[in-house]
Amino acid sequence: MSATPGRSSLPVAVAGVAACAAACWAFLEAESQWVVAALAAGVLAALPVLDRTGLRARFDAAVHARRALAPALVVTAAFALALVLRDSHFALLMLASVALYVTVCLGLTLQFGFAGIANFAGAAFFGIGCYSAAILAANTALPHLLAVLAGGLAAAAVGSVLILPILRTRGHYAALVTIAFGILFRTFLEVNDVLGGPQGLKVPGMRILGWSFNDPPPLPGGVEASFYLNYVIVAVALAAGAFVLVKRIESSWIGLSFDAVRLDETAAAVCGIDIARWKILAFVLGNFLAGTAGAVYAMMSGFIAPNSFTFGDSLILVSIVILGGVGNPLGVIPAALLLLILPEKLQAIQEYRFLIYAVLVILILLYRPQGLLPRRLREYSAPGPRP
Amino acid sequence: MDPAVAGQYVLNGLMLGMIYAMVAVGFTLFFGVLDVIKFSHGDVVMAGAFTALATLGGLSAGGVVSAAVLVVAATAVAVAAMALLGALIARTLILPLRNAPSLNTLLITLMLGLALREAVRLFYPNGSNPKPFPRLLPADAWSAGGFSLRADSAILLVAGLSAIVAVHLIIHRTRLGLAIRAVAQDPETARVMGVNFEAVVMITFGIGSALAALAGVGDALYYNEINFGMGLWLGVIGFSAAVVGGLGSLYGAILGGFLFAALQTVGAIWFAVPAYKDVFAFGAVILLMAWKPTGLIAEKSAERV
Repeated sequence: MSATPGRSSLPVAVAGVAACAAACWAFLEAESQWVVAALAAGVLAALPVLDRTGLRARFDAAVHARRALAPALVVTAAFALALVLRDSHFALLMLASVALYVTVCLGLTLQFGFAGIANFAGAAFFGIGCYSAAILAANTALPHLLAVLAGGLAAAAVGSVLILPILRTRGHYAALVTIAFGILFRTFLEVNDVLGGPQGLKVPGMRILGWSFNDPPPLPGGVEASFYLNYVIVAVALAAGAFVLVKRIESSWIGLSFDAVRLDETAAAVCGIDIARWKILAFVLGNFLAGTAGAVYAMMSGFIAPNSFTFGDSLILVSIVILGGVGNPLGVIPAALLLLILPEKLQAIQEYRFLIYAVLVILILLYRPQGLLPRRLREYSAPGPRP
Repeated sequence: MDPAVAGQYVLNGLMLGMIYAMVAVGFTLFFGVLDVIKFSHGDVVMAGAFTALATLGGLSAGGVVSAAVLVVAATAVAVAAMALLGALIARTLILPLRNAPSLNTLLITLMLGLALREAVRLFYPNGSNPKPFPRLLPADAWSAGGFSLRADSAILLVAGLSAIVAVHLIIHRTRLGLAIRAVAQDPETARVMGVNFEAVVMITFGIGSALAALAGVGDALYYNEINFGMGLWLGVIGFSAAVVGGLGSLYGAILGGFLFAALQTVGAIWFAVPAYKDVFAFGAVILLMAWKPTGLIAEKSAERV
C-alpha cells in the first residue's frame, strides 16, 4: 500500500498546493520568454521525478484522506495568488479564466469522467450561458446573480433537447450527436442577426447588490487592486462550489451509479440501476455548470462572439479533462492552468498554440493515457481518520 | 419549381453527395477493420488537396502545360502521398491505442487533425488564406433550357463513382478484400488463419486515405478554391454521413453521403439565409440519430457483452 494517510497528510498537501501556486506565480510574473520556457521545461521535468519518488502518490493520498482539504487549500492558494498579483489586470484575468474553465471541465468530468457521456460541445454549452447572460444583463433588470443562474439553466434546458438522442445512442454515435450540436450552435450564432451575428454582443459588467465589478475593489487600508479581482473572487467561488458538488457526488451513491453506468451499461441495468436517469442527471448537471461559468465569463470579458465557441474550443475543454486525468476533479486544475496560461505567456508560440496543444495531447494519450493526476480507485476499507 | 432549376439543384446535390460519400466510405472502412473513428480523415482530405496544389505548382514551374497531364499527375501524387500518410497514421497512432478506450482513439485523431490543419496553416506558404485552385478540367457545357451540365462536373461524378466502385470491388472480389473483411469480422480468428493483421489495417487505412485524397482533389477542382479549414467541415460531414448511414457498412456510407447532400440542398431551397442549410442538416442528423441510433443500415454484428 502507499503511504498511509494520517499525521503526515496535512504538510504534504499544503506543500503540494503551495508548490503549484508558486509555479503559477512564477509563470504569471515571468517577463522573458526564456524564463517562461525554462519554467515550463522545469515543470514537465518535475512530473516524472514526482512520480518516481512517490511524492505524487503521497500528495494524492493526503488530499484523499481529508475531503475538505483540497478545495480549502486550492481556494486559499488562489486568493493568495490573486492578492500577490493584485495590480496586474492580465494575471487576474488569467486566474479568473482558469477558474471558469475549471468549472466547465468539472461539468465535463461529471458527464465524461463519471457517467461516460462524451460531450464534444462543451464550448457550445458555455456559449449558451454567455449569450443568455448577455441578453438578460443588457435587456432586463434581472439581478446579475440570477442572470448567472439563468445562464446555467438555459444551458441545461437547451442541452435537454439532446437527451433523447444521447440516451438512445452509444459510443461514436453519441459523440456525433454532440459534435453536430456544437457545429449547429455556432453556425446558428453566426447567421442570427438578433444575437449579433459574427460581430457578437457587448455585455455589461457584473453588478451584485450595488457592488460594481468593473470598479477597483475597495480593499482595506487603501490598497489598490485591478477590478478583475472582483471576478477572481466570483469565479473561484463558483469553481470551488462546483468542485465540492462534484466531489460530493463522486463519493455518494450517485457517483457509484455513474461509475456503474460508464463501465458496463448492461451489468448496471441488470443490477437495477436506472441508466437513463443517471445519464440525464450527469448530462444536465454538467451543462448547467458549463452555462454558469459561461455567464460569468461573458460579464467578465464584456464582449462575446461566435468565434469563442468553436469546435476547437470544445476540444480544448476535452483535452483539459484528459490531460488532468479523466474522472479526477482535482486533475483539471493543473491541466487548465497549464493549457491556458502557458500559451498566453509564451507570446512567441501564441501562433503555434493549437499545434502545440494537439501534439501535447497526442503525446499524453500515447505515453501517459491516465493523465497528470490519475483517478484513484474507490476505497471502502481505507484506514486512517475520517473527517 | 422550374424543372431546369430543380435539375440544377439535383446536379449540385449529386456532386456534393459524391464528395461526401467518398469521405464517408473512408470512415466506414476504418470503423469496419478496427472499430475506431479516425477523425483526422477530413484533414487528410485537405492535405490531399494541398499536396495536389503543391504538385501542380512544381509541375508548372517545370514547364508542363498540358492540363490532362497536370490533373493526372497531381491526383496521382496526392493519392499516393495520402495513402502513405494513412498507413503511417495507422502504424503510429491507431494501432498502439488498440486496447485503449475507443474515445482515446477518437481524441488522438481529432488532435492529429488539428495538428495537420495547423501545420498547413502555419507552414504552407501563405497557408492561412484561401488558395485558388487552377481550373484544369474542360468547362464546356451541355445545356437544355435553363439546365446546364458542365463537362467538369460530369468528369468528377464519373471519377468519384468509379473510385467507389473500385473500392467496393477490392473489398468484395480480391484476396486482400477477403482479408479486410475477415479482420473486420473477427481480428483474432483472422490472425489465427494467417492474416497479417497489422498489414491489413495499414492497407485499409491507406485505401481510405487515398479515397480521401481523391475527394480533396475533386472538391478542389469543383470549387477552384481550397483552404486549411476545409477538412474539418468535410470530415464532420463525412463522419455524420457514415454514422447516419450506419458505421461499418459501405452502402450505408454512400447512402449517408447523398442523404446529407440532399438535406443541405433542401435546406438551401427552404431557407432565405443560405447558412441555415447547415443548421437544418445537422438538426436533421440529430433527429435521425434519435430515431435510428445505429444508423439507417444497422451494424450486423451482435452486441458484444
